[in-house]
Amino acid sequence: MTTSTDTSARARPGEKASPPSYLEHSKGIRSWLFTIDHKRIGVMYLWAVLGAFLLGGLFALLLRTELMNPGPTLIADETKAWDFYNHMFTLHGAVMVFLFVIPAIPAILGNFILPIMLGAKDVAFPRLNLLSFYLYSLGGLFFVWVLLSGVIEAGLDIDLPGGGGLDTGWTFYTPYSTSSSSGVTAATLGAFILGFSSILTGLNFISSIHMLRPEGMTWFRMPLMLWALYGTSIIQILATPVLAITLLLLVAERTLKVGIFDPALGGDPVLYQHFFWFYSHPAVYIMILPGMGILSEVISIHSRKHIFGYRFIAYSSIAIALLGFLVWGHHMFTSGQSALANAIFSLLTFSVSIPSAIKVFNWLATLYKGAIALSTPMLYALGFILLFTIGGLTGLFLGALSVDIHFHDTYFIVAHFHYVMMGSTLFAFLSGMYHWWPKIFGKMTSPRLGWIGAVLVFVGFNLTFFVQFVAGSQGMPRRYANYPEQFTIYHQISTIGAFVLGLGLFVVLADWLWSLRWGKKAPANPWGGNSLEWHCASPPPLENFAIAPTDAGDPYRFDDWVRDEETGGYVKRQESPA
Amino acid sequence: MSAHDGSHHEDGSPHLAHHFDSTTQQFDTVKLGMWVFLATEILMFGGLFCAYAVYRRNHPEVFEAAHFYLDTTLGAINTAVLISSSLTMAWAVRCAQLGQKKGLVLCLSLTILGGFGFMGIKTVEYSHKWHAGIWMGTSNRFHPLHVEGGGHGTEAGAGSHTGTGAATHAGTEAGTGTGSETGSGTASGTESGTGAASATGTAPGASPPPAPDLLVADVARPSGPEHTSIPLPSRGESGLSALLVDADPGHTTSGALEGGKHEVHVEDLADGDRRRVHIFFQIYFLMTGLHGIHVLVGMGLLTWLLIRSIAGVFGPRRFNAVEIVGLYWHLVDLIWIFLFPLLYLIH
Repeated sequence: MTTSTDTSARARPGEKASPPSYLEHSKGIRSWLFTIDHKRIGVMYLWAVLGAFLLGGLFALLLRTELMNPGPTLIADETKAWDFYNHMFTLHGAVMVFLFVIPAIPAILGNFILPIMLGAKDVAFPRLNLLSFYLYSLGGLFFVWVLLSGVIEAGLDIDLPGGGGLDTGWTFYTPYSTSSSSGVTAATLGAFILGFSSILTGLNFISSIHMLRPEGMTWFRMPLMLWALYGTSIIQILATPVLAITLLLLVAERTLKVGIFDPALGGDPVLYQHFFWFYSHPAVYIMILPGMGILSEVISIHSRKHIFGYRFIAYSSIAIALLGFLVWGHHMFTSGQSALANAIFSLLTFSVSIPSAIKVFNWLATLYKGAIALSTPMLYALGFILLFTIGGLTGLFLGALSVDIHFHDTYFIVAHFHYVMMGSTLFAFLSGMYHWWPKIFGKMTSPRLGWIGAVLVFVGFNLTFFVQFVAGSQGMPRRYANYPEQFTIYHQISTIGAFVLGLGLFVVLADWLWSLRWGKKAPANPWGGNSLEWHCASPPPLENFAIAPTDAGDPYRFDDWVRDEETGGYVKRQESPA
Repeated sequence: MSAHDGSHHEDGSPHLAHHFDSTTQQFDTVKLGMWVFLATEILMFGGLFCAYAVYRRNHPEVFEAAHFYLDTTLGAINTAVLISSSLTMAWAVRCAQLGQKKGLVLCLSLTILGGFGFMGIKTVEYSHKWHAGIWMGTSNRFHPLHVEGGGHGTEAGAGSHTGTGAATHAGTEAGTGTGSETGSGTASGTESGTGAASATGTAPGASPPPAPDLLVADVARPSGPEHTSIPLPSRGESGLSALLVDADPGHTTSGALEGGKHEVHVEDLADGDRRRVHIFFQIYFLMTGLHGIHVLVGMGLLTWLLIRSIAGVFGPRRFNAVEIVGLYWHLVDLIWIFLFPLLYLIH
């Protein structure tokens, strides 16, 4: 694409003492937009994904505000208020799932950290990596169009072709999605393109992990983050194409009326659900697995203790990736599946809890008698363990056939998946961001702001979602803009919680921006980790390592690193063996 | 896509990308990446195969009845064409490895030619379907929302796009109430040049078969027997189909392989199943259409390879672009090998 630019940018000044960092080696907007450096691509992803997160969060606050009181709250006119609510929860879900949770950890942290952990100069296919970023941006634009056209339509009271918000729910269930006049086609095309972005990232990670490991780094000497990303990539590779074809079928259904999902035309709407969940259930593990990888790193490093049960954690990542493909039917217990299918899916669903629990117990065993530092990454990691446990255990309620009939499509399920997707993945993401922030930008964040943010996020999150378990178990259905008086108290607590949570997240953002400007310079190894990314400078130079590392060593053996009071980081013990 | 990437790295004299240690490592990585990409392709088609399996399992007789409208001969020829092109592709890789430039150029040209042959025959098949009113979406005359006069009444080409649009609109207005019977008889205008068609294609309604106009169209078509691409319910023995066969003495049955078996034809189907006949064609067009797009992409990649091979870029030390495009081409071939029996040879 831009071969000449790249080569000129790559012309590194020999082997100087300290080569300029990847942030400084070349300047100008073009050096970013056409970069094939995985670190810069990771940083571009960071800002883009955060933008999407902001948007999705805004929708969340709007829909929570609408729910503050029974009856219409934000808009006086009832029909308009309900319509507005439908658009808000759909856009919130779609933007958060497709543009935030799925790409967040792999595309930002994975892109940045994976090659460095492998001691490599870049991912296996740097140009594809850049392409995947642009596909992400393009897919995002489709969603922006859906949103803007919705605003324009509402504001000017006109009908735009192919636009007009989105009101189907993020799952695009047929038959409504085939007849809705909102921008389903644009949104599904956007999700289709985002899928390719995700596929290319997965392809890159699998190839990189297979082929770019340094000598001496066997599979079982890889940091567990890499195992988690590997499992994630398997799912991205195998599940996303199915979503792609499903969405194409949906577009064909809308534009050509092919009728494959339409019973009036001889088709079957439940088939859509099967297709959709065949991707979207594994996608839940695309969201959580990399978070679990971060946990394995953070828990071990910040308690200065070797990870407990390395092999079990590694295998459990792969087990989750594979079992995740076999449980999609648990989204459809009430969709008229056969009783036998229900029973099998229920059983398989329970079986996923085994590898998940293995991870949790191993993290707890790692913490046991460790020198736990309550650094900001560790705060989020501990929050993750608690929230993931709640989310996981309530998942068992939903996996049980009889109980699910009661809980299906209530706030119980809303609370459950927010505990897993947000309480777990978001916490892991924040934990990982704080953990690697010094490496990415070479600046330390403020521990005090970190604390305040973490507490606000934790309190706000639980305030928002814990009451939803109660409301749901009492029968409050999801996706309803209005509700009986008896649920008012739950919704009000939840809405207040949402604003506390939003405030907390802005504190986090403030902390990050503060550190970019005023943060203390970060040492190469601020936490004393031993995986390869802590062996190179912060921020790393263009090709990461002056000399490609050969023997990786045990990533969780921290004995060789001692604290250096001068820089505030850890340095390699002098007499340590080579 | 990954084909492109892998080979771009080869550009320039030191064709080792900056982040690899050795050409072997680079080569193996590119190949692995391609295999992973092929896995995603299989999964993507897998969704369609799955839809196929579900509907065939639930409505086997619908699929059997509908598949008679596909031209087995053309399908078989296309299979042969594609398999031969895979052979020349494999040969091209060998030539590249051995540094035989002439052979490489020849083999790549032949492979591209195979692609053209395949797409050409596919075009013939598609245009016959279009004329017969068996097209995608509501332009399929078995579609419950299909309305007479929409779409392909005119001689193809010119009106194709507007026609489809009209059909869709009209279909929407008509709503679902139109029921199953409206589907038939609309192909009256298909071969408007022949004149005969309009006389026969007048009978909508439940019992009269939807096919006669097609057959007339077939007969009337001036071209040779390979072009009678809508073989149609020609093999059945039951009442109406037998009649149809009689009405079409010149019709060469392209797939009269197992004449002795009991066969189901569209006119034998119950009303509820008739509504589903169009689903077969939707799946047919989606699968072969997506496959066709892949063939086109492959032809593009092959052309690019051809240009570069004429420039003498490839040799024994540098052939992985040829090899991975080859992998892609073989996959496209392989998918067709599954598509052909599943769609054309249903019993």
